[in-house]
Amino acid sequence: FFKLSGPAFSSQLKVCRDKPFFLSMNVDLQTDATLQVDISDALSERDKVKFTVHTKSTLPNFKQNEFSVVRQHEEFIWLHDSFVENEEYAGYIIPPAPPRPDFDASREKLQKLGEGEGSMTKEEFTKMKQELEAEYLAIFKKTVAMHEVFLCRVAAHPVLRKDLNFHVFLEYNQDLSVRGKNKKEKLEDFFKNVVKSADGVLVAGVKDVDDFFEHEKTFLLEYHNRVKDSSAKSDRMIRSHKSAADDINRIASTLYTLGTQDSTDLCKFFLKVSELFEKTRKIEARVAADEDLKLADLLKYYLRESQAAKDLLYRRGRALVDYENANKALDKARAKNKDVLQAETTQQVCCQKFEKISESAKQELIDFKTRRVAAFRKNLVELAELELKHAKGNLQLLQSCLGVLKGDT
Amino acid sequence: MPHFRQNRLCLREYFNMFNEEENRDTFDIQISVSDPEKVGDGMNAYMVYKVLTKTSLSIFSRDEVCVKRRFSDFLGLHSKLASKYMHMGYIVPPAPEKSIVGMTKVKVGKEDLSSVEFVEKRRSALERYLLRTVKHPALLKDPDVLQFLESSELPRAVSTQALSGAGILRMVNKAADAVNKMTIKMNESDAWFEEKQQQFENLDVQLRKLHASVESLVCHRKELSVNTASFAKSAAMLGNSEDHTALSRALSQLAEVEEKIDQLHQDQACADFYLISELLGDYVRLITAVKGVFDQRMKTWAKCQDAQVMLQRKREAEAKLQHANKPDKLQQAKDEIREWEGKVQQGERDFEQISKNIRREVGRFEKDRVKDFRVVIIKYLESLVHTQQQMIKYWEAFLPEAKAIA
Repeated sequence: FFKLSGPAFSSQLKVCRDKPFFLSMNVDLQTDATLQVDISDALSERDKVKFTVHTKSTLPNFKQNEFSVVRQHEEFIWLHDSFVENEEYAGYIIPPAPPRPDFDASREKLQKLGEGEGSMTKEEFTKMKQELEAEYLAIFKKTVAMHEVFLCRVAAHPVLRKDLNFHVFLEYNQDLSVRGKNKKEKLEDFFKNVVKSADGVLVAGVKDVDDFFEHEKTFLLEYHNRVKDSSAKSDRMIRSHKSAADDINRIASTLYTLGTQDSTDLCKFFLKVSELFEKTRKIEARVAADEDLKLADLLKYYLRESQAAKDLLYRRGRALVDYENANKALDKARAKNKDVLQAETTQQVCCQKFEKISESAKQELIDFKTRRVAAFRKNLVELAELELKHAKGNLQLLQSCLGVLKGDT
Repeated sequence: MPHFRQNRLCLREYFNMFNEEENRDTFDIQISVSDPEKVGDGMNAYMVYKVLTKTSLSIFSRDEVCVKRRFSDFLGLHSKLASKYMHMGYIVPPAPEKSIVGMTKVKVGKEDLSSVEFVEKRRSALERYLLRTVKHPALLKDPDVLQFLESSELPRAVSTQALSGAGILRMVNKAADAVNKMTIKMNESDAWFEEKQQQFENLDVQLRKLHASVESLVCHRKELSVNTASFAKSAAMLGNSEDHTALSRALSQLAEVEEKIDQLHQDQACADFYLISELLGDYVRLITAVKGVFDQRMKTWAKCQDAQVMLQRKREAEAKLQHANKPDKLQQAKDEIREWEGKVQQGERDFEQISKNIRREVGRFEKDRVKDFRVVIIKYLESLVHTQQQMIKYWEAFLPEAKAIA
């Protein structure tokens, strides 16, 4: 159907490396020579995307220093879920899983265009086709970037980078056979999430002795909701912007036709204005695309990250409840003088678990804030710079055209 | 109201355009339609507009006259002018369109934004209608126009009710005309007319297309404005909950920028509408009037042909009567021949006259069209320039705030 891959695509992907998405999100992740991961290529087929995961490493764990494997979205999810389910990692913010590649909307548009081919001129059709192809490519680049960010965050994390599953993911050049969960498993997940949110409410209700965590809990609950709202609203705003740019495209085409048909002096006038709108329309489309990249994607990413941070707090909360219950059980056992040793052991384990989570969680949440502030700063600055660049570009085009048009009278 | 600022600016420019008119020594007339006022209640209510004329032309009795007119008065004026001048080939500017839905909302008393916008849209359209009418040298001198502008009382125009009997009759006549047109195959001896008709046909198609695209743009820009305002509020809330002080402040500033930008989008949508969309709408209707005038010429030709056919028949009848001995009938036949010879001559004169008029009218129309589009499009581009300049201002103010996040 629509293959975007191979050297042509890779060169396109490399071109946009100057301002890579992942660096925007993870500003203080330095490229570490001991383990570097990236997605060097990607292939989009009818119903799946194949990512080529490329690793460079000096670590002794790997057989070679440089190697590549092909992975699909489900394998990323498998890796993410294995982190979440691992008790050892309960005290860390698990990097959020990349969203599923979704080309449905774009495909639908391309299909509609194909159906409407008869009702428009050849030029119009070619123009619209190019637009939609560019849109498809943009969505494709984004999904590649999201998958890449996930891997880079894992590679940068001092503990997660050592995970065995992660190494298998990077190195094992056969299919990991984790193709999509079956229905039963999906239902189990659904119920797990329902219970978690009920628990979450319960756990969140208990006031924390530690001020730091109490503050974090309050903050994250509100922040997450606000980011969710902002993310949705920014998406709507950008969609309207794109629609307006599309209208200007049609206006430019009609003005061109008018210019070629008109019998008066207006013909030159219309042609000049048509040319102007063609150019400003491209700028408007770029503005919408940049807003999408710097604002909408930023908010979407922090929606997922703040959820991961909330999950960490939940796990700590659960550990605290377990610890408190173990304390109560120990008191009871001592009172009855029955199974005291067992109760003591359980209490010790719970205590250690809770303290371990609390210690790493504190650092993780501090790092989260640092990352968040840096990412917002970088993206807001770049957003403002791009908006300025485009507005100045537009202004220059408009003024120059006005100069010509006024001079003609 | 802030929304309609742009609209006023446009019309002042329009006035200036009139004052630069070269064909007359002093084209000095300014007309404004303002102060819509609701009279009465419920379904019988109607809007009354103030029509103010300022002029130094001698055909007017005073140099400043103010009268009150309602929408049906404007329609009545147009109806009279069309019936007087269209058959002579004059392009009579069409009146604004009726809107049962729009008016009903106003009558019922809804004070919401959409009915306010509807009234403003209509007021503006009525003003443009009068300006175009007085711009026409023959129409300016017409007694009905003078009466409309000066007379404090105007007989109520009766045949303009939307679904009235007269209205239906007019629709029927229009249809009949269309059928008649199809059976006439006019021998176009003058290529100019055929060429012009084709050009206006093409222009009609493209202008309608352009109008539809601009209406879509207005709609999307309004949507963009609403969504930007919504995002601004959301960003402000996000800023409030952000616990890093500098970032929190920057997000609040972002919210303020977006709020200002939302207002920009609103103003731009207004300019899109009042400058371009309404101009295109006016021209789509004007071109219908132009096509009507070409149709009148065809009708005139048909009438002329019919007269010639009749004359021929009368001559044949007379020839037959020559050999019958009926002196009365012969005399009648001769009289009828003279009558129809006169009609043929009149028909030919009419056809020549209307052809001449149309050439002149089309020339004038095209000149006005060039001016109208030039002025309006330049004004529109200037509005776009203004928007971009403001954008630059807002983002330049925001950039240091974003950089200040530490």
